[in-house]
Amino acid sequence: MSSSVTIKRGWSGFADRLFPRLSGPVIAAICITIFLFGFLILPVAKVIYVAFLDPGTGAFTLQNFGDFFSSSLFRESFFNSFYASAMSVVLATIIALPLAYITTRFEFSGSTVIQSLGFIPLIMPPFVGAVAMQLLFGRNGTINLLLADYGINIPFMEGLNGVILVQSVHYFPFILINLSTSLRNIDRSMEESAQNLGAHGFRLFRRVVFPLASPGYLAGAALVFIKVFDDLGTPLLLNVNNMLAPQAYLRITSIGISDPMGYVISFILVAFSVFSLWVSFLFMRGKDYTTTQKGGGGLARRSLSPSENLLAYAIVGLILLLVLSPHIALLLLAFGTIWSFAPLPDGYTIQNFVDMFSQSGGYIMNTLIYAGAAAFLDIILGTAIAYIVLRTKLVGRQWLDYMATAALAIPGVVLGIGYLRTFNDFDVPLIGKPLASWWVIIVIALTIRRLPYALRACMAALQQISLSLEEAAESLGATKGSTIRRVVVPLMSGGILAGFVTSFATAAVELSATLMLVSSANDAPLSYGIYVFMQTPSGRGTGAALGILAVVIVALGTLTAQFIIDKERKNRSGSEAA
Amino acid sequence: MKQSKKLGIEISDVHLSFGKTKVLKGVNLSIEPGEFFAFLGPSGSGKSTLLRAIAGFGPAPVGRIEIGGRDITKLPPWERNVGMVFQSYALWPHLSVRDNVAFGLVEKKMPKKQINEKVDAALELVGLLDFHARMPSQLSGGQQQRVALARTVAIEPDVLLLDEPLSNLDANLRVQMRREILRLQRTLGLTTIFVTHDQEEANTTSDRMALLDQGIVQQVGTPQHLYDHPENLFVAKFLGTANIIAGEVSVENGAHIMTLKSGEKVSLHATQPGPGNLVLRPQNISLSEQITPGMMVGKIAHREFLGAQVRYLIDAAGTQLVVDQSHSADGKLLQDGSEIGLVINSKSSVFLHDAGPGGMKPRPRVGAAVTG
Repeated sequence: MSSSVTIKRGWSGFADRLFPRLSGPVIAAICITIFLFGFLILPVAKVIYVAFLDPGTGAFTLQNFGDFFSSSLFRESFFNSFYASAMSVVLATIIALPLAYITTRFEFSGSTVIQSLGFIPLIMPPFVGAVAMQLLFGRNGTINLLLADYGINIPFMEGLNGVILVQSVHYFPFILINLSTSLRNIDRSMEESAQNLGAHGFRLFRRVVFPLASPGYLAGAALVFIKVFDDLGTPLLLNVNNMLAPQAYLRITSIGISDPMGYVISFILVAFSVFSLWVSFLFMRGKDYTTTQKGGGGLARRSLSPSENLLAYAIVGLILLLVLSPHIALLLLAFGTIWSFAPLPDGYTIQNFVDMFSQSGGYIMNTLIYAGAAAFLDIILGTAIAYIVLRTKLVGRQWLDYMATAALAIPGVVLGIGYLRTFNDFDVPLIGKPLASWWVIIVIALTIRRLPYALRACMAALQQISLSLEEAAESLGATKGSTIRRVVVPLMSGGILAGFVTSFATAAVELSATLMLVSSANDAPLSYGIYVFMQTPSGRGTGAALGILAVVIVALGTLTAQFIIDKERKNRSGSEAA
Repeated sequence: MKQSKKLGIEISDVHLSFGKTKVLKGVNLSIEPGEFFAFLGPSGSGKSTLLRAIAGFGPAPVGRIEIGGRDITKLPPWERNVGMVFQSYALWPHLSVRDNVAFGLVEKKMPKKQINEKVDAALELVGLLDFHARMPSQLSGGQQQRVALARTVAIEPDVLLLDEPLSNLDANLRVQMRREILRLQRTLGLTTIFVTHDQEEANTTSDRMALLDQGIVQQVGTPQHLYDHPENLFVAKFLGTANIIAGEVSVENGAHIMTLKSGEKVSLHATQPGPGNLVLRPQNISLSEQITPGMMVGKIAHREFLGAQVRYLIDAAGTQLVVDQSHSADGKLLQDGSEIGLVINSKSSVFLHDAGPGGMKPRPRVGAAVTG
């Protein structure tokens, strides 16, 4: 036995000398770099490059940008995208601010309700609720039909109003989460010392509370802005085409992938996206105002008088009703028979679900395969990148993290256009069609789009593992590989699983890149199916049923991920407390 | 478990840096086979870094580390066969006590039966055999510590390294655990290095110790030798309480006389003439209410009753001296503000010469007892 050990040692020593830098992590890092370069950097670079090319001659030019801004349609689209995004931030703030304030500053018995219901919008992709919202708030929707008796018609859903309403109802949790966290992280001593120095009431809020909470708010607001700016599905379903993302999609699909306008729009989308994320990052990073100390606790909470309590419940109830209206409308649509020019559906049935399962089996199957494969790839990549970044000394290892995270700044439309342009000429061996129209490209797009989230989950999981747990294994004779297998991965498994579930659930309802890349209905996933069904009045019921299925998948995924994370945390704190 | 092979550790001219910060600056140590050796020092002295360098963790050191004559400086941690017990114990939370202890044996690809026997023996040794099926989170701090020890000795390491193993335990448990660790070490005869910042732990357990400061070994020896014969001011001040009085020694009529800064004179045993510092332990000054001519006189500034002894802070010799007097029931306490005579026990005092112009290391020429 001892001789075999010596031989093995001698051999690996020899191999180390022969390829001093080609150890496991290096090979993994090279593979990951090639993957990210090929499917993220290259396609996006191509899109930006083409935006500056003369389509006829192929020479460098700024003419495309000139053409863009000289077209009144594009100028209008640009303004509309900007306006809708900014107004969505305003409306989302109006929704989020009272909820955050009431839960963090007062002894309010409904706080837990807000905390759970406030996050529900995130489990439903906005395009799913868009059509249902029209049936509630549209010109001939429930509300306006009821108001018609009084001669009132409120244009909730007219044009951009509809986009703003749907988007802010969907994305306000980003502001709520960030703002509540910031408020909760303010130590009571901050408030008390201000009071001690003479500040109270609104002045206290303006001079101390708001400045301390503002970085969290601004970070959330920047996220909302960019999500709305990039979104493709919602404007398309609401038939609002004079915005940037829909224009890019329409140009590419109707005129073709050689039309330069799609690329110019993509460039603008990426630029805004990068800028917003950078702003958000600046606010989060430079000003970490977390001031809570041990034993401190957050801001003092005032108890409410009975009438104040009633008012608070009224405000919260109204907001939650608005926030949950897409879900309510979607349920009505899914279980309704015919719903047209009436406040409520004519009757109720489960026929839509029967139709859904008979007609959409393919969509559902494809979704399970695509999202499953993408999530699996994500956790493999995420675990490998996390390990390389946090546990090795490879030169430039941070760049793997930066590259993978950069996917956050790339709108789905842009990634889709980039893939079409880059891989259209690239024929897959044995399949006989270009990579751009092979279903695998959808899986890759989903992998790239969800990788930042999976990576963060893996990073967090690895960071929680004390380095001494690995050193203990090494000092007991375990090699690096053996330590990863026997200690690191088992301890990370909870975080990895949570990352898988989150990636899976969100990939299952991704639409913008998917819309660009689906080349035949047979290859289409569920989100594409919803989009197609929702286009026609007769398909709405089935589309809504499919939408419910999507919501259930995401909800179950989110709950499972949360459950795993909580369980992990409990296990961990148990072992530390002992 | 059987007695281990006893191997010595040779550390030759080890330097180590974290980036630009030099943490170890030329460490030379020779640790005898079977010895219980302590690395003592304040935080930031480099003691843990040195221990981790022996285990193979942290940045690669310059120099040479040998265990039993085998150069291990360049070996990865898993090829060193060095058992290390971590400050945080580092028990794997996903493995049971048995699986934790078996970990290193599994790495050695031992047959299952043999692994079970060895795990049982190791757990028996620390008195935790009944707990083999528990998860680490179900154990108390002291029990976790024992599992960490069992896990380490199970692989029959060449040497045992303990990185502040008692710092996460409460005071009572600490005393109990350090006796237990010592008993374990004596049973196995394993060469052991124990890192601590607590001099009481080092004094009570170690055969010899190295006192480190700023990446340099200040002195090596038995605990009592370091206490009684410090080689420099750092060692004198770090171990116990010391009164440091500056002055100059001269030879007058064959007698060695130290003239203090304040002008008073103290007679010492043989030492070389020159400037330096007198190191006086609080118990080596006695107090006399009868003041005779030529006696050093002081005034009691403050009194602390400690039980077995009484500690006086006395303004004398141009400074404040700490003096301990043993206490018995019939002894009376001296009052603050009273004048008192001080008698210095020059046999137990140490005179440390100032470094010469060439930056010479202060030589320990001690009053009476110059022993090796």
